[in-house]
Amino acid sequence: MTRIDATFAKLKAEGRRAFVSYIMAGDPDVETSLELMKGLPAAGVDIIELGLPFTDPMADGPTIQEAGQRALAGGMTLQKTLDMVAEFRKGDDTTPVVLMGYYNPIYSRGVDRFLADARTAGIDGLIIVDLPPEEDDELCIPAGRAGLNFIRLATPTTDDKRLPTVLQNTSGFVYYVSITGITGAAVAQAVDVAPEVARIQKAASLPVIVGFGIRTPETAREIAGVADGCVVGSAIVAEMAKGRPVDEVLAFVASLAEGAHSA
Amino acid sequence: MNELVNSFMTGPDEKGRFGDFGGRFVSETLMPLILELQERYDHAKTDQSFWDEMNFLWKHYVGRPSPLYFAERLTERLGGAKVYMKRDELNHTGAHKINNVLGQIILARRMGKTRIIAETGAGQHGVATATVCAKFGLKCVVYMGAHDVERQQPNVFRMRLLGAEVIPVTSGRGTLKDAMNDALRDWVTNVRDTFYCIGTVAGPHPYPAMVRDFQSIIGKEVREQMHEAEGRLPDTIIAAIGGGSNAMGLFHPFLDDKEVSIIGVEAGGKGVNDKMEHCASLTGGRPGVLHGNRTYLLQDEDGQILEGFSISAGLDYPGIGPEHAWLHEIGRAQYVAITDVEALAAFQLCCETEGIIPALEPSHALAHVMKIAPELPKDHIICMNMCGRGDKDIYTVAKAFGFDMS
Repeated sequence: MTRIDATFAKLKAEGRRAFVSYIMAGDPDVETSLELMKGLPAAGVDIIELGLPFTDPMADGPTIQEAGQRALAGGMTLQKTLDMVAEFRKGDDTTPVVLMGYYNPIYSRGVDRFLADARTAGIDGLIIVDLPPEEDDELCIPAGRAGLNFIRLATPTTDDKRLPTVLQNTSGFVYYVSITGITGAAVAQAVDVAPEVARIQKAASLPVIVGFGIRTPETAREIAGVADGCVVGSAIVAEMAKGRPVDEVLAFVASLAEGAHSA
Repeated sequence: MNELVNSFMTGPDEKGRFGDFGGRFVSETLMPLILELQERYDHAKTDQSFWDEMNFLWKHYVGRPSPLYFAERLTERLGGAKVYMKRDELNHTGAHKINNVLGQIILARRMGKTRIIAETGAGQHGVATATVCAKFGLKCVVYMGAHDVERQQPNVFRMRLLGAEVIPVTSGRGTLKDAMNDALRDWVTNVRDTFYCIGTVAGPHPYPAMVRDFQSIIGKEVREQMHEAEGRLPDTIIAAIGGGSNAMGLFHPFLDDKEVSIIGVEAGGKGVNDKMEHCASLTGGRPGVLHGNRTYLLQDEDGQILEGFSISAGLDYPGIGPEHAWLHEIGRAQYVAITDVEALAAFQLCCETEGIIPALEPSHALAHVMKIAPELPKDHIICMNMCGRGDKDIYTVAKAFGFDMS
């Protein structure tokens, strides 16, 4: 059982929805993003998605693109991202950390070496946007063998025929992308999301978490209410981009978590 | 059967791989679209009515076949091998790009798509896409790096005249790879009505194979025309490579003719050095995953993609088509790099000796011809692909030669 499985078991027992937050590793620098990361569990975050910066984030809107560029300009690397997780783990051994990003930095390091290092650092799961089920041999299957969850995205274009393929090697949870589009773009609508989540829940034995297009406590509550939880990314990253102090950003995160948990 | 097994022309496999290269590295939102495209293309390419439509438009709209031209004065000047040029710069819109665009747009129409998006570097693919969209009355949106918008103003105006919306891309450094990122972001957002018309032999499967198939008209014509002119195949074929579509189009029909040597010319920029001021992915890069495929990429040790550098906006791309990466690894084709300075010298020589103003892209191929032709015997036949005309580049060249056009 990974930290992710344990977290969902606990949430289920308590009858609560999960609140997942995304932050970019190294934005604007390692110290600040680590301080933010350390504060997330106390702000009500159940699972942390940690963005691995990449020069060409094809599925991300301007907010996360720019956060990645700030991180890279500050000298962020894959190794420093792993070090950041290891540092976080010194004070927190229960909150799951999911690394989210693109394949090339991992491929460049070498899959086996990466998986061993990720385990050691205390990473629990991976969301790699540009690895669909058709490329499962690359990282998904080796990750499963190494004891890491590989969390798959399901989208509005994933029809019933394709859904089993998407779910086949998925573990931890299923990330339902609420819109066709990039991060930080349109606003997710509970009325559209609800039937899709129900469809996936019927086919999957895993929790379904909804992300993309959620940026207020109200939307977090609405969307979490029709799923097993929700993810907020761009809205939090945008607060960091404004240069706001970490405690103020954490207060905003707490309001989002409260929204999701009130569902 | 044995011949089939030994063929270099059967790729890609069912996973879209050429050896270890290629594949389908895209987000889940796009995956169903790519599978549908593959299914529809597989159907179209065996449908005679599809090719009838292509052939008709290639002849009457594009002006194919393009001539195969013996460059007599250039051959004399170089004093060695006979140099032929495949004149794809004479195509409607001034480059080889339209060969492929026609195929994709006819396919898009068959699929019921009403909105076409494209990325462009030098603007040639954007102009070709805008042109064919105008002809068929389709909405056209072209993503172009803001830096390229600056250095290719005539093509930007051309696209706008043709009714396309040109969106300057400011993310990254504002060149071709960033334009491709934003085109993919558009596609992922507008999945229902939009067809992404990729301009080169890169991207997720089936694009590299599909674009190659459409561009292969170049090599097929060369085979016939060379037979007519010389009664045999050329000894060496040479083409410039950014993503590599004109090169793949020339090379593919010759892959199994082992006596034909194949040379791809990458943009060496200021020189293939550790400062990475070039776009030579094969000569100076290593394998990685970007824009839907595994191929050779310019990248740092952490797998972050580097910005290439070249005087030619059309070659300014940090990757290369996966089939080229495979041909490089198995040694079927040789890949070399030519610097900006060498390409400019070839540009000038071509103008002076042949009365042809070449684009900066094929000037790279010509520069390599200038290097090797003098050392080769007079009965050695070289065919280089003159894949684009240089009208769009005169401002860039004037600046490089210190000529004030303002």
